[in-house]
Amino acid sequence: MSSGKGGELIPSSSELDLDRPNIEDYLPSGSSIHEPLGKLRLCDLLDISPTLTEAAGAIVDDSFTQCFKSNPPEPWNWNVYLFPLWCCGVVIRYLILFPVRVIVLTVGWIIFLSCFIPVHLLLKGHDKLQKNMERALVELICSFFVASWTGVINYHGPRPSMRPKQVFVANHTSMIDFIILEQMSSFAVIMQKHPGWVGLLQSTILESVGCIWFNRTEAKDRETVTKKLREHSQGVDNNPLLIFPEGTCVNNQYSVMFKKGAFELGCTICPIAIKYNKIFVDAFWNSRKQSFTMHLLQLMTSWAVVCDVWYLEPQNLRPDETPIEFAERVRDIISVRAGLKKVPWDGYLKYSRPSPKHREQKQQSFAESVLRRLEEN
Amino acid sequence: MGNTSSMLTQYDIEEVQQHCNNAFSQQEIVSLYERFCQLDRNGGGFVSGEEFLSVPEFAVNPLSQRLLTMLDGLNFKEFVAFLSAFSPRATVQQKIEFIVKVYDSDGNGKVTFNDMLDVLHDLTGQFISEHQREQVLTKVLEEAGYTKESLLVMSDFVKLRHREI
Repeated sequence: MSSGKGGELIPSSSELDLDRPNIEDYLPSGSSIHEPLGKLRLCDLLDISPTLTEAAGAIVDDSFTQCFKSNPPEPWNWNVYLFPLWCCGVVIRYLILFPVRVIVLTVGWIIFLSCFIPVHLLLKGHDKLQKNMERALVELICSFFVASWTGVINYHGPRPSMRPKQVFVANHTSMIDFIILEQMSSFAVIMQKHPGWVGLLQSTILESVGCIWFNRTEAKDRETVTKKLREHSQGVDNNPLLIFPEGTCVNNQYSVMFKKGAFELGCTICPIAIKYNKIFVDAFWNSRKQSFTMHLLQLMTSWAVVCDVWYLEPQNLRPDETPIEFAERVRDIISVRAGLKKVPWDGYLKYSRPSPKHREQKQQSFAESVLRRLEEN
Repeated sequence: MGNTSSMLTQYDIEEVQQHCNNAFSQQEIVSLYERFCQLDRNGGGFVSGEEFLSVPEFAVNPLSQRLLTMLDGLNFKEFVAFLSAFSPRATVQQKIEFIVKVYDSDGNGKVTFNDMLDVLHDLTGQFISEHQREQVLTKVLEEAGYTKESLLVMSDFVKLRHREI
């Protein structure tokens, strides 16, 4: 959106470029109302067209909503030859693949539980052995999950080594991100506490790999969580932490701002980039549209989940960098690797309104320019 | 025009196009429809105030509340008509009409001193006192040849637009 001299409405080509998000044009905050110099006149006070143009631009397209739009694969079954083929595909997927996968998953759970429960109860005294066995078992059940979606996962880069004071961060598309990564190496994770069967899993099995819970809606929670994060990362025997700094699931085409919590712990940050291949299935868990159960069922009735995982070079806080700059630098590294477009929004805006200070900044700069020009008379 | 999964028919598109006086091409109307459905999350056929405010860029705009009173409960046809002032094909006349509509809270085509004060309040927030706002507005109005009691109409805003006052 651009406004010329005197606040005229000059529609730029991006104004109604309705198919593309104008991320490059977006400039956060600052004065939106152009400031010509000189004596204050009626037109300066009353011409609201720049502000209106901005509002209309946001209504028509905005870079935040784009991040959470599901992008299912293009339908290709639209003609008379392909449609029967697609129907065969549906039959195979739902009536053959799906039952097989359910069986595989059930077998996996039986094996897992029959090993896990005894280990958990009987090996109480032998901490080290118990931990190692539980970790191996969790890796096993994750492999079963991945097999149940016919997951084809390409891991690139050196496998992460387990060292203390190391934290892993990754971009977030769905809760299956955790399962995919856990399959390869044991991580401790920090998660939003969910209701239902997921919550049950979280409190029983995930406890064994080490988990930290938080609640998005509780403001005070942040301090306790930061403390727990710090304690965990310092501990020698704990699984390395896996953190998703976006704080919410994004649609694997964009990345939202990283929260700085993970970057203030004084640890080495190992970035991981995850990119799903959309041709097979859209792995984005749109939590506003689907429950996790529906999401899993959708994955289990698709052909495959194909994705690439890159373990990237560990990064440290540079002496002249703030944690926020560090977070943005790591976000840049991950976004470039996974082909994600960066967006200057906080993912939590999905759940709450922006803070009034953004609007107040605009109001303040306009007010100040009015008062200043008044004195120039 | 129903929920997300229903498609717009050619007839629908033409009807909408006519309603907005050809401010948008048919392709643009289809894109606007996708956007409308994206915003209308509960599929009610109109976008509620809450749904508009979930767009952060819109929520931080100083005039968002004022625009919401104009936007709330519009169906798709009316939504497109609302946006027609921002189309590149819109005439200057249409743009000015829109601005007057934003100011004119009681819809009688005349903008009062209080209307102007209200909008100025939205734009400046708590950073200018009520008293100062009145002072500034009165001063600038008088310099432009109006008084506190003047009622501004379309022709005044045309002059404003051309920066004659």
